[in-house]
Amino acid sequence: MTLFSGYTYQLFTGALVSLSVTFFALIFGSVLGLGLGAAKIYGPHPLRYIAEAYTAVVRGVPDLIVIYLIYFGSTVALTKLTGAYVDVNGFTAGVFALGLIFGAYASDIIRAGIQQVARGQKEAADALGLSKRIAFFHVILPQAWRFALPGFSNLTIILLKQTSLISVIGLEELLRASAVVSGSTREPFYVYAIAAFMYLVMTTIATVLLRWAQSRANRGFA
Amino acid sequence: MLDVSIMADVLPPMLKSLGMTGKLAILILIVGMLLAVPLAFARNATSTWLSLPANGYILIIRGIPALLQVFLVYYGLAQFEIVRSSFLWPVFRDPFFCVILALGLNSAAYTAEIISGALRLIPKGLVEAAHSMGLSWFQTQFLVTLPLAMRAALPAYENEIILTVKATSLASTITLLDLTGVARLEVTNTYAPYEVFLTAGTIYFCITTTLSWALRKLERRLAIENLKAVDPGILAKAAVAAHG
Repeated sequence: MTLFSGYTYQLFTGALVSLSVTFFALIFGSVLGLGLGAAKIYGPHPLRYIAEAYTAVVRGVPDLIVIYLIYFGSTVALTKLTGAYVDVNGFTAGVFALGLIFGAYASDIIRAGIQQVARGQKEAADALGLSKRIAFFHVILPQAWRFALPGFSNLTIILLKQTSLISVIGLEELLRASAVVSGSTREPFYVYAIAAFMYLVMTTIATVLLRWAQSRANRGFA
Repeated sequence: MLDVSIMADVLPPMLKSLGMTGKLAILILIVGMLLAVPLAFARNATSTWLSLPANGYILIIRGIPALLQVFLVYYGLAQFEIVRSSFLWPVFRDPFFCVILALGLNSAAYTAEIISGALRLIPKGLVEAAHSMGLSWFQTQFLVTLPLAMRAALPAYENEIILTVKATSLASTITLLDLTGVARLEVTNTYAPYEVFLTAGTIYFCITTTLSWALRKLERRLAIENLKAVDPGILAKAAVAAHG
């Protein structure tokens, strides 16, 4: 175990990379999910079907396949496009792939959240002469948020764990860092156990924070 | 543009690899279910000595990525001399067994959560009726509560089945040639990641979609709309009759 002191830094750096992938994928995925969710409710027919089909496809395909497709696929596409060999950064590909997956699941949660907002709210907004856009962003969405938050929290925890999949395309996040460290310490069990503990701490803290956000969103309600 | 001839070329080896993917999924689900039932009962038990370890296990497994669990079993255990010199070494050296163990343990936690939730839905009156008819604890659980809970759990378990099929793709990271493993191999042969991974993705999509359609049909036959509407007396009698 004394071997670790020098490698702890590497594991912590890896954990930070995992967290930043989570953060950026969360932002990208939420925006995508909001767009898709709105398209599923308000969109004209072709758009609605495209959004539904998108969710169905992502649901039916393993995350690893999506990650490989984005990573290797974008390398090939960009190389063809620019004529020179382009090495796509694992971080960008990872954020993009996980965001695409997150958005597909989030869209269903956001849709359900919007649909749970009492109908009278929309009617009241109409009666006050609010434009559709204002009514959506200032009346419907803030209330839908409260309903969507539990599902959104689940997805965020899943996303945090999914970042480990990015290790397969070489990004040195926590799992890849553990693999590298265990290669030099020859104590893979201890290294992976420490990584497991770090994941557990991250998911637990995220769970606690999201619970707090939920109780805050529900203040004033029973 | 997509090269259709490459897709046609890689299709046969990919379809062949489905045997591995299917075997993995079925064995993982079996291991998961066998462990999940005792875990679910332990989780719902009134004794803290039973519920605390079960809750802890579920919490820990669900807080850690599945891929890390696979690495922990496959690469981690080999660190110990005891494991390497034991008669079990040929088993723990085998990636196939390691994936089933790791993902089976993983699936057990999620499945236990589903079953324990369903068990809590069973009306108390059913259990009381079963007891009053002289059924033992085991008879009550396995003839009355569990069969009903399983049916109530079906919609959530259906989701777990699909997730498990998708999770088998993790086996490719420790050299197993399941569908994803073969796809990776074909990419290095053909240098055509788009074509290969799109083909693999399409195959996965067809499998999971067909599977979830079939499961939903089954669910419609077996699901219980309203557990409260079940007459406790009739069920307990039926259980006794079935038991002889």
